[in-house]
Amino acid sequence: MNNQLDQQNISHKLNQSLLQRLERLGRQLVEEKGRKLVLMEVCGTHTVAYARTGIADLISDYIDLRSGPGCPICVTHQKDLDMVFSLAGLENTLIVTFGDLLRVPGSYTTLEQEIARGGRVQICYSPQEAVETAAQNPATKVVFIAIGFETTAPAIAAAIKLAAHQQLTNFWVYPILKRVPPALKALLLSPIGLDGFILPGHVATVLGSKGFNFMKNHGYPSVVTGFDSLDLLWGLYNLLKMIEENRVDVSNAYSHVVKEEGNRQARLLIEECYAIEPVTRWRGLGLIPESGYTLQPAYSKFNACLHFAMDVPDTSTDPRCICGPVITGQSNPHQCPLFGRHCTPSTPVGPCMVSPEGACGAYYYYR
Amino acid sequence: MEKMSQDIIISSHGDGGLLTHQLMREIFIPFLDNEWLQEQGDAALLNLNGQKLAMSTDSFVVSPLFFKGGDIGKLAVCGTVNDLVVSGASPLWISAAFILPAGMNKSELKRVVQSMHTTANSLNLPVVTGDTKVVDSGDRNNLFINTTGIGLVQTDARFNTKYIQPGDVIIASGSMGDHGAAILAERLEFKGDNTPTSDCAPLTALFDKLKPFYADIRVMRDPTRGGLATTLIELAAAGNVDLFLEEGEIYIKPEVSAIADILGVDPYYLASEGRALIIVSASEANDIVKTLKTVPGAEDSSIIGSVRKVGGSVYLRTRLGGTRRLKMLSGKPLPRIC
Repeated sequence: MNNQLDQQNISHKLNQSLLQRLERLGRQLVEEKGRKLVLMEVCGTHTVAYARTGIADLISDYIDLRSGPGCPICVTHQKDLDMVFSLAGLENTLIVTFGDLLRVPGSYTTLEQEIARGGRVQICYSPQEAVETAAQNPATKVVFIAIGFETTAPAIAAAIKLAAHQQLTNFWVYPILKRVPPALKALLLSPIGLDGFILPGHVATVLGSKGFNFMKNHGYPSVVTGFDSLDLLWGLYNLLKMIEENRVDVSNAYSHVVKEEGNRQARLLIEECYAIEPVTRWRGLGLIPESGYTLQPAYSKFNACLHFAMDVPDTSTDPRCICGPVITGQSNPHQCPLFGRHCTPSTPVGPCMVSPEGACGAYYYYR
Repeated sequence: MEKMSQDIIISSHGDGGLLTHQLMREIFIPFLDNEWLQEQGDAALLNLNGQKLAMSTDSFVVSPLFFKGGDIGKLAVCGTVNDLVVSGASPLWISAAFILPAGMNKSELKRVVQSMHTTANSLNLPVVTGDTKVVDSGDRNNLFINTTGIGLVQTDARFNTKYIQPGDVIIASGSMGDHGAAILAERLEFKGDNTPTSDCAPLTALFDKLKPFYADIRVMRDPTRGGLATTLIELAAAGNVDLFLEEGEIYIKPEVSAIADILGVDPYYLASEGRALIIVSASEANDIVKTLKTVPGAEDSSIIGSVRKVGGSVYLRTRLGGTRRLKMLSGKPLPRIC
């Protein structure tokens, strides 16, 4: 217990001194520029972590921290949600998904409502569970909903390989997997008035910090950042230092976890199981070339899109919902006319309010 | 846009959050409203020929049935006992109704009932009536237990949110979120010594030890469903006061925050099943904490915050010094692993 207290004490002191240095530098830069610094993070875990630790509140005088397309559920196109939810009504079909999809509204329903109507949905903690369920229930069609970025893709690839190894004929994956770098590139094509980027630590674990080197070509300083309070502050401080020195680079403030080379084994799994789609639809960002994964031909018998005939009505979204501009950092959640009144976590209009990593939800719960 | 159907019950209606409250306002209160329900306490306080009784009922649907630190049988006794205790009553009698799934192993049921007996017996609490039904639910792990308890309200123990006032102090009787984390760890099938243990335990010993302080206690709650955050949000709203918590003073065990981190859930919303949150007058707070620390299971009691002013919200000052408001969760926390 004493040891633990010492540790807490030391980390508290480190946090405080770093916060003070960050604030001095931040206020100095605000004075020079005559405005707040506008920074963007592109990871749902960062969205929540900056809010939950109170850092977003503490820095708000000098940093306007926006959330980019970093929440996998939020960037999923409405059409994809509608297609996935339509599977819940099919006979003898079990949907397996991570829990965060359960309350996300499609155009007409949610998975939670489909369960109440008799649809079969299983919440899992790892894609492998879906394979196990399929093996144990050979008469049931099991569909795993693969939503995620480069971080989630390798574990799902491993599950697909396991299903292939077991020669399962009742297991499918609905691939809505996306790649972060093409989305960032698409975002950077239009002038967005940002001073720098906090890069996603988890994605960088797989791609390596080198996977983000392209950021330099676009003229933005950016920092690979981790997730505890010291990591979060250290990332911001590094970024502000670069802005102060007018240095355009990709620095790694999470080097105790993220290597320049990334995780080669995870990337090999990705390459083995997935092919890059020519073009993929994103909520808020539209069509982005080479930004999504589908299954390699060798594994296409597991592709739910090819097996199930999904015919869904046209998508319908509330025109007042600004999830799109929120995902691209053009607006902050509270600028939405629906925020906190029509749109709350129990009456969500868009996915950003109800996904546990969504910017609107984080804003609602923590700010 | 076509409004999504709001006319069916979905699982979030049972999570104790916003939708549960909505359901109560929309359906239960309009039909069943009366002076006792209006109090919205953990137990109804009933006057009988000058005697003051407390009555509470609770249903238990936990899955898995057995977990580190307890099982559904122990939980079913503790849950109802604790609701009586935090209402200022010593439990006298308890009932037990079982809804059994067809296909359940008798040996499992035996373990559950044995555990109920052990817990109730340790409290000298007789199970005075019961019921058994069997349903073909399809899932043979779907054991449901309802318990109802009756207790005698102790003299001086007049716990009510209306007595909360600015300047009061909030005490937690130990670490928060252990039970919720233990259940999550079981569902994740985490193994090893370092997994969280449920804090599931009766609060009767704690309640008895506090006897000299009953008059100084404004209100007591057990932060079960919805955890520390939801419980305090309800108290703040009912008492029309703003509560300020110090993150650095709230004890979350390392193994609990590890699970919460992995799943991306907030430990302040994870249930405890053997802890009390107590709002007391500031003058007696230190003595109360000292007394609590002598109670087995409450050694880690501490002051975690204070009542600031008239209002109705809960604020948390983070370790870094930032402030954030705690809001009622809509539905149980749903994890993503990535």
